[in-house]
Amino acid sequence: MMTIEMLCLRFAALTPEDLLHWIEEGHVRPDDQAGMLVFREIDVERVRLILELRDILEVNEAALPVVLSLLDQLYALRRRLREAGIAVDETA
Amino acid sequence: MADDPYQVLGVAQGATPDAIKKAYRKLARAHHPDLNPGKPAAEARFKAVSAAHEILSDPDKRARFDRGEIDGAGQEQAPAGGYRRQAEEAAGARYGTAPPEGMFDDLLAEMFARQRPDGPRAGRDESYLLKVPFASAVMGATEELTLPDGRVLRVQIPPGVETGQVLRLRGQGGAGRQGGPAGDALIELDVAPHPVFRREGFDLRFDLPVTLREAVLGGAVEVPTPSGTLRVTLPAGSDTGRQIRLRGKGVAGHGARAAGDLLLALRVVIGPPDAALEAFLRDWVPEHPQDPRAGLEASR
Repeated sequence: MMTIEMLCLRFAALTPEDLLHWIEEGHVRPDDQAGMLVFREIDVERVRLILELRDILEVNEAALPVVLSLLDQLYALRRRLREAGIAVDETA
Repeated sequence: MADDPYQVLGVAQGATPDAIKKAYRKLARAHHPDLNPGKPAAEARFKAVSAAHEILSDPDKRARFDRGEIDGAGQEQAPAGGYRRQAEEAAGARYGTAPPEGMFDDLLAEMFARQRPDGPRAGRDESYLLKVPFASAVMGATEELTLPDGRVLRVQIPPGVETGQVLRLRGQGGAGRQGGPAGDALIELDVAPHPVFRREGFDLRFDLPVTLREAVLGGAVEVPTPSGTLRVTLPAGSDTGRQIRLRGKGVAGHGARAAGDLLLALRVVIGPPDAALEAFLRDWVPEHPQDPRAGLEASR
């Protein structure tokens, strides 16, 4: 669990403005605890991924939602497959 | 020993900072672990690429590496690939709502129906290659085939088989599941050629060498055949190329199919120089002189 201040300390390239913008767009989805944003481990890793997409892979602002959406679908499918695999193992 | 960062990025020693950045971005796009969730190797590759870039993008570090003061290990970057480990677990549901649940249900149902584990399933057919000696293919035989699992199959080779023919041994393939029948063993045959005999369908051909005396005077000669040695009586005056057909001495019969024939083509062998033969031929006056080349000119 992290606050927005801790998160910005963690990644030198991250500004609070970028992060708030991503939250607004739904790219990052922290919990709201009594008016305070709280980031779980997956949110931290997602921020790192978005930073790497932007700074290393040069994915621009316009392409970012497309890339994230495709990745989300990919991981959702992999999760479903894994669950289905577990289910098959249990019935076997 | 860490890799040479120039080699990792695939750039020359004198590459410009721009070229290095370009090479790094290209490799990073290809190997970013979060974009390659099914490929564990991508993570190691991405780390190596990042470490190489870490050194070469920093003029100070690059100079020190070039002078040999530091090796290619560099400093460990923040580990990439952390997202995919999260996203595939239950926590990933936070961002995984993009495809409506059920979008893949038809696909998944299809996949699992195909390999439903309940109910009997037949075993797989297994394919093998068996080398068959020429004589076994002509006369028929029983050959042994040792399977990868150590089992030895005794394979009945019917006479007349050819290379490429496949024999099916029922129930000798992979084991069935849940009481299903075993698969079959499919045995492809590879018939070895013979140094002397040639197959022509179910007939065999063979050039039989004979001496000058045997060719002129005729008489009994012994002929090896796949079914044993035979005594064959040559007619007198048998020239080179004369063909003798031994019925039923070719490929053995099988079921309704009759045995093939053995076709001998005579080939006269004069042998080493012989003074008496030479003396005889010098004084010899043929009874019916002939020119074996008569008629060859006309065809020119």
